[in-house]
Amino acid sequence: MTTTPLTQNIRPGREPLSLKEYEAAGGYQALRKAIKELSPTDVQTMVKDARLLGRGGAGFPTGLKWSFVPMGPDAPRPKYLLCNADEMEPGTFKDRLLIEGDPHQLVEGMIVASYAIQADVAFIFLRAQYDRGAERLRRAIAEAYSAGYLGKNILGTGFCLELQMHESAGRYICGEETALLNSLEGRRAIPRTKPPFPPVVGLWGKPTVVQNVETICNVPHIVNGGVSWYRALSRCEDGGTKIYGVSGKVNRPGAWELPLGGVTVRQLIEERAGGMRDGLKCRGVLPGGASTDFLVEQHFDTPMDFKSVAKAGSRLGTGTMIVLDDQTCPVGMVLNLTHFFATESCGWCTPCREGLPYMENMLRAIEEGRGEERDLAALEEHCRWLGPGMTFCPLAPGAVEPVQSALKYFRDDFERHVREKRCPWR
Amino acid sequence: MLTETERREIEHEVQTLGHRRAACVEALKIVQAHRVWVDDEGLRDAAAAVGLTTAEMDNVATFYNGVFRRRIGRHAILVCESVSCFVCGCEKLFEHLKKRLAIDAGQTTADGRFTLVPICCLGCCDRGPAMVIGKDLHTDLTPEKVDLILERYS
Ligand SMILES: Cc1cc2nc3c(=O)[nH]c(=O)nc-3n(C[C@H](O)[C@H](O)[C@H](O)COP(=O)(O)O)c2cc1C
Ligand code: SF4
Ligand code: FES
Repeated sequence: MTTTPLTQNIRPGREPLSLKEYEAAGGYQALRKAIKELSPTDVQTMVKDARLLGRGGAGFPTGLKWSFVPMGPDAPRPKYLLCNADEMEPGTFKDRLLIEGDPHQLVEGMIVASYAIQADVAFIFLRAQYDRGAERLRRAIAEAYSAGYLGKNILGTGFCLELQMHESAGRYICGEETALLNSLEGRRAIPRTKPPFPPVVGLWGKPTVVQNVETICNVPHIVNGGVSWYRALSRCEDGGTKIYGVSGKVNRPGAWELPLGGVTVRQLIEERAGGMRDGLKCRGVLPGGASTDFLVEQHFDTPMDFKSVAKAGSRLGTGTMIVLDDQTCPVGMVLNLTHFFATESCGWCTPCREGLPYMENMLRAIEEGRGEERDLAALEEHCRWLGPGMTFCPLAPGAVEPVQSALKYFRDDFERHVREKRCPWR
Repeated sequence: MLTETERREIEHEVQTLGHRRAACVEALKIVQAHRVWVDDEGLRDAAAAVGLTTAEMDNVATFYNGVFRRRIGRHAILVCESVSCFVCGCEKLFEHLKKRLAIDAGQTTADGRFTLVPICCLGCCDRGPAMVIGKDLHTDLTPEKVDLILERYS
């Protein structure tokens, strides 16, 4: 069997597989097997035993999340499955690959996942500007309906599922799962208080599971290949493959499906991305998107799995790394990141709404040569005030991760800006 | 007043979604698709069509960065200003666009052709700098390439 299940059907630069072609490649077999031979609980157990961790950034065990959903005849109805295709985290472009490259894989994954939690309605929440993906998904959904994989009485089993797509009007916070619920209900996308957690009280107050695109795409392969095959795909205790990406000034930026934990930071840059461009040097990376702590040279032999990256002081996040080269100003880069988070703050809670613009201003002052020594301490203090547990949702704690680690690893660069009253890179 | 087409399209969304207010973002997008931006009258009528007050609708409309509540040009140029594109030089590209179009961020050219909008990550960070015009994604941009691309939009 393949070692790259998620991308096996993806043909770069060409149209994705049609329904017929996808079926010929073994598609919708997982749906048949799940719905005809397995009970919903069987599928839940398989996903749990496969050790599939969420690929949207937090790495929460998928099977465990599903086990919180009320099951049986007394469960509140309708239940919902939501696919989080908001992918707006700067530096992240992996879900685009899966959506555009193999839309039927996502549709099949959604039907199997819906079956496992006995959802009645499923939504794909697609970010704005993914027009090509939207078009391809729309076609795949229509094909799946006409083949009887969606709608009433799927494959004659009595299982019913409606699948719809919502194209967002754009705002990073929509990707936070409870903000996503509000957005789908036609409200401002502001996060909700947890608990209650969405698997119990979610969309319109009903049980709702929110899952990342890549996570859902794994589900049919677990059902097809079985738990031990799936776990053997990885090089760590958690299962499966991962879509890794590299962007920045490397020779071949891109995304690759590799065993989870089967590649180090250095290997990704050197072997996959073809090394640094024109004699540049890599000074550090954000391993998993904009809201992860920098890793530097001393960490470059860290395998890219959830545990190892956490041990190195960062997060695997989305697995798409951004490379900082030695011709790019680290202060400028962190200013750029903080500008993004300050702009995208939903404004609901005070520390984030007021704190992030304040940090942005301080960083801009430093970058423009107006900074003072004490600003560095003030920035560090803000990183703590906006850290985990201090704000209503994880946006602000994510925002301070690159700042706090830059202050640690690129201290000299900050100090030079202050001392020389200018940006040494400009 | 909403046109017959706008009304029909909004009602279709309401029916598909099963909850009237859930269609509010769709309704705004429909109005914008027909009018380029969401004017006050369009906002009011779209609000009524999904059972919201005008204030509630504006509350939603001003939240999402894809809803234009001010008049824009025939084409919005959405230029990614996020981190990967920053590393790859999007600031220079943005400066070039400003000079070439003789406008600042958020402004519209005198001939009403373009509005320049900095935007966050477009999800093609491996091919930055990047921008979107209408439904077209343009990647691996250089100032020369941008000049040629702009010629295609009238
Ligand atoms: C500000 C913010 C933005 C997020 N954006 C996304 C996103 O675009 N896509 C995504 O899958 N998860 C995103 N998440 C994580 C979700 O809240 C949620 O954990 C995830 O969708 C769960 O799916 P998973 O378990 O399959 O990863 C975001 C979280 C935060 C705090
Ligand atoms: S942390 Fe920021 S994004 Fe999250 S709820 Fe508070 S203001 Fe909104
Ligand atoms: S950072 Fe520009 S497309 Fe992602």
